[in-house]
Amino acid sequence: MKTYDAIVVGGGHNGLTNAAFLAKAGLDVICVEKNDYIGGATVSRNLFKDWKYSNCSYVCSLLRPEIYRSLELHKHGLQVTPYGGSLTFMENGDYFGSYHDPEVAYREMARFSRHDADAYERYSSDTMRQCRLIRDFLLTTPPDPTSFKPKDIKELLNIGNKFLDMGEERMYETIRFWTMSVAEYLDEYFETDVIKASLSGSGIIGTALGIHSPGTAYVLLHHYMGDVDGNVGSWGFARGGMGSVANAIAGAFQAYGGELRTDAGVDQIIVKNGKATGVALENGEEINGRIVVSAMDVKRTFLTCMDKSDLPEAFHNRVENFKIRGSSGKLNIALDGLPTFPALPKGSPLHHSDMHFIDSMERMERAYDDWKDGIWSKDPYVDMVIPTTLDPTMAPPGKHFMSCFIQYCPYKLEGRDWTEPEKEAFAQTVIDQIADYSPDFKDLILHYEVRTPQTIEDEIGITEGNIFHGELTLDQVLFNRPVPGYAQYRGPVGGLYMCGSSTHPGGGVMAAPGANAAREILADLKRPNTVPENFGDD
Amino acid sequence: MTDKFDAIVVGGGHNGLVCSALLARSGKQVLLLEANEQVGGAAVTREFADGYSVSACAHLLYNLQPSVIKDLKLNPVLASEDMTTIALDDDGEHVRIKGDKVTGAKDGDAENYKAFYKRMTRFSDLLKTYFNKTPPRLGTKDFKDLATLAQLGFDVRRLGKEEMRAFLRLIGMNIHDEVVERFGCPVLKGAISFDAVLGTHLGPRSPNTIMTYLYRLAGDHGRIASPKGGMGSVSDELARAARDAGVTIRTGMPVKRIIVGNGRVTGVETEGGERFDSLTVVSNADPKRTMMTLVGARHMETGFTRRIHHMRASGNTAKLHLALDGLPDIPGMDKKEYGERIVIAPTEDYVERAFNPAKYGESSPEPVLEVTFPSFRDESLAPTGKHVLSAVVQYAPYERKGGWTNEARAEFESAAIRVLEKYMPDIAQRITASELLTPADIEREFHITGGHWHHGELTLDQFLFTRPVYGAAQYRTPVDGLYLCGAGAHPGGGVSGAAGRNAARAILSREKAA
Repeated sequence: MKTYDAIVVGGGHNGLTNAAFLAKAGLDVICVEKNDYIGGATVSRNLFKDWKYSNCSYVCSLLRPEIYRSLELHKHGLQVTPYGGSLTFMENGDYFGSYHDPEVAYREMARFSRHDADAYERYSSDTMRQCRLIRDFLLTTPPDPTSFKPKDIKELLNIGNKFLDMGEERMYETIRFWTMSVAEYLDEYFETDVIKASLSGSGIIGTALGIHSPGTAYVLLHHYMGDVDGNVGSWGFARGGMGSVANAIAGAFQAYGGELRTDAGVDQIIVKNGKATGVALENGEEINGRIVVSAMDVKRTFLTCMDKSDLPEAFHNRVENFKIRGSSGKLNIALDGLPTFPALPKGSPLHHSDMHFIDSMERMERAYDDWKDGIWSKDPYVDMVIPTTLDPTMAPPGKHFMSCFIQYCPYKLEGRDWTEPEKEAFAQTVIDQIADYSPDFKDLILHYEVRTPQTIEDEIGITEGNIFHGELTLDQVLFNRPVPGYAQYRGPVGGLYMCGSSTHPGGGVMAAPGANAAREILADLKRPNTVPENFGDD
Repeated sequence: MTDKFDAIVVGGGHNGLVCSALLARSGKQVLLLEANEQVGGAAVTREFADGYSVSACAHLLYNLQPSVIKDLKLNPVLASEDMTTIALDDDGEHVRIKGDKVTGAKDGDAENYKAFYKRMTRFSDLLKTYFNKTPPRLGTKDFKDLATLAQLGFDVRRLGKEEMRAFLRLIGMNIHDEVVERFGCPVLKGAISFDAVLGTHLGPRSPNTIMTYLYRLAGDHGRIASPKGGMGSVSDELARAARDAGVTIRTGMPVKRIIVGNGRVTGVETEGGERFDSLTVVSNADPKRTMMTLVGARHMETGFTRRIHHMRASGNTAKLHLALDGLPDIPGMDKKEYGERIVIAPTEDYVERAFNPAKYGESSPEPVLEVTFPSFRDESLAPTGKHVLSAVVQYAPYERKGGWTNEARAEFESAAIRVLEKYMPDIAQRITASELLTPADIEREFHITGGHWHHGELTLDQFLFTRPVYGAAQYRTPVDGLYLCGAGAHPGGGVSGAAGRNAARAILSREKAA
């Protein structure tokens, strides 16, 4: 029976990226995916007639440009179109828009407050400084602070030096930034509620935290540190939906000679004599490999697909207590035409933007209180985009696809499973909120798909449907991610690696975990490194 | 009148007393000016109803530093030391916590608590070392700063690989996840969560609450004592030490401004128009009051002013005092136990729900409480046979929507009494007089901006070398000769004396260097 050099479990964007870099180094790699389609949560699905739904992830920015170039994803059909700005509708009939053009953006802010318009420049340069710091560490393996290995000490010193280079004042600012809440951070710059509310959304997307929870300023960064064509902080649509990202990476992987198998769900990771030797598929088939790399989240990898007796007890306990909480839902809608938003002037570029319907900090935080009580937010934070305004390939001519990301939506309702009527009611909450600002919206709906954390888990396999494969709190980032002592992509048994978003630097369609893991694997196997270095900014 | 002093201490709170005493002991001529008629600041005992006295603000000792007791040869008299915490349960199955022992909790929680306490006290010991030191500055080449930083790194490493990892993981975490991970008993989880959020604007789910919990433990491993004669007796003892050392203490002398000329202090002026000259002024007032009100923004660079302005210092903690015509009945509690510390926080979710309204500027409809009956072990506080209830009640946000009107205060007071009634059915009939101090009252009476008992939120972004703000974290402010010695400075609040002692040492060592 054939023995592969490496088996990558899970065909999401990180699994595929990892597999591609390993194959590029000449390894004989197979990537197995449980569904009959690849991409995991980076997917375009044909769920209604000729519509393509980006039914999980829906916008693109974090994908590391180094990876994009190194895997030549453009040759495999990936095209990312930036879209303009964002928009928050207000209860009083007004709206607050943010624009790419700095002068327009200034005038819009000044409409609410001259003070805030002036503060914005300071805000963006301060935030961008934090982005630049973190961007340098995305394509590196976090050092182990308890280790005395030269490599770890060197990396620790490297981080220390970057930090020292900032100068005293900036160092303190950085420490504060990493530990404070997004609400407090914004309070230091702005006075207008709607401006703060509109900026704070990025601090809580995908997390089980509220805007007042310390640590959410860092999460903000997680949504700002990406770029489209070098424009840091920009977001774009992948042409053809997010599936195009996965397809392009898979294309690269196959071009390097890799083997891709769908409909091949892994039941168990086989461990013999303390070493991972292969996987047993759900259909009973076994595949042998010299190493096994899991792109699944750590809970699924170690608690579902492995035997407790194969794992160190302390490690197992830590994984059991790994925080991976369902907090977001999705509503994907096929539309008969473009809904109108009377509040917006005709021809406003904001028609192509990210739209939001919560206009105060209090409403933002109250949405979180509902989640804490185990119910979905009655007045949710919705991040709504209509990709078809820029990408006609996702729906028939004149028709549209709308993606609504919803914060917050619990994994279980007051501790029990969701029922169908409850899912309907949840969808209706979101539809009603949008319809408040768009009178013809409801009539245009042809079909919709409701996704709770539970449905995402059932379909994609991510525990609790958590978009980051684990909370991005201080206790679960950098050398603490996924669990202390195992932050360098190596699992607790020989020949076993982790390359999913549960590892540093975390979730989002970034592909950095997959690439970082590949670098460590290739080093262990004494193969030449195929993973690109960080470009660095400037 | 113009008197010349080596140093003037503004504010006679416990930290101001400690600082002035230490400065005087090293031979300085020190003047201490206190606004109120009585020294002690928020650590005072006063009569709130005819014949009934109580510790007006702080009412329990949990972190008075042994170094302060030793340096000043203090001899505090305690009514009770090492109090048990009794966490009240809705069904009378109360849980008792003392040291590493828990009784009344089920399912191995006593064992779990032992392990939890062992780890937490180990981590808190690490913090404690730094409570008696000036925080290092980052990015300087100063040998002392580098040495302290290296020591910090070394101490963390010395925990050993496993514990170091646990420490680095826990330090930013919330208490909710930790108690849910470890314990089954709801009351125990509630009580631990309560201790972690006491005095803060945080709920158990807010990251950072492990840190605040460790801060509490760093005092004396969670040991709690109640001084005889109320907290005022501790201040009196400190004032005695200060006077013995030669400090001139003048009460009823509110300082109007700290006089600055050419970027350095030259003295202070009181509300009464008296001026005192000195090239060293130490402020026990909170950082905002010191810098913005007493000094004035015009003497500082705007970046610094902005940081002071952004420092979070809005209190959430109210104090409730009840005069009782007898002890209330508490089902499930022994008569002997009334001298202990009683906590009402039946579950961790209850604490979180109490916190929710505070985020929106509303007070908790069902608050959490820390209750003591100080008169139980100290007859001096109430007429014979009568008693005093002293309770910390949370959450009562300083920036309450609509302000702290009389109606708002009555509403919060009755909310607190309703909660008490659940556990003490006859409490309402026993009340003969009551007093509620909201953060707004605390601000007015004790001149603490925002009425925050730590003089500033105790969170990682306002901790160690960023407390109160950088540029003033080493007790020295950008204004030459002006120092901070209050709870707003490192390490923070509680009747510990650490900030006062560290400040005095920083001043003396700076003079030696000069």
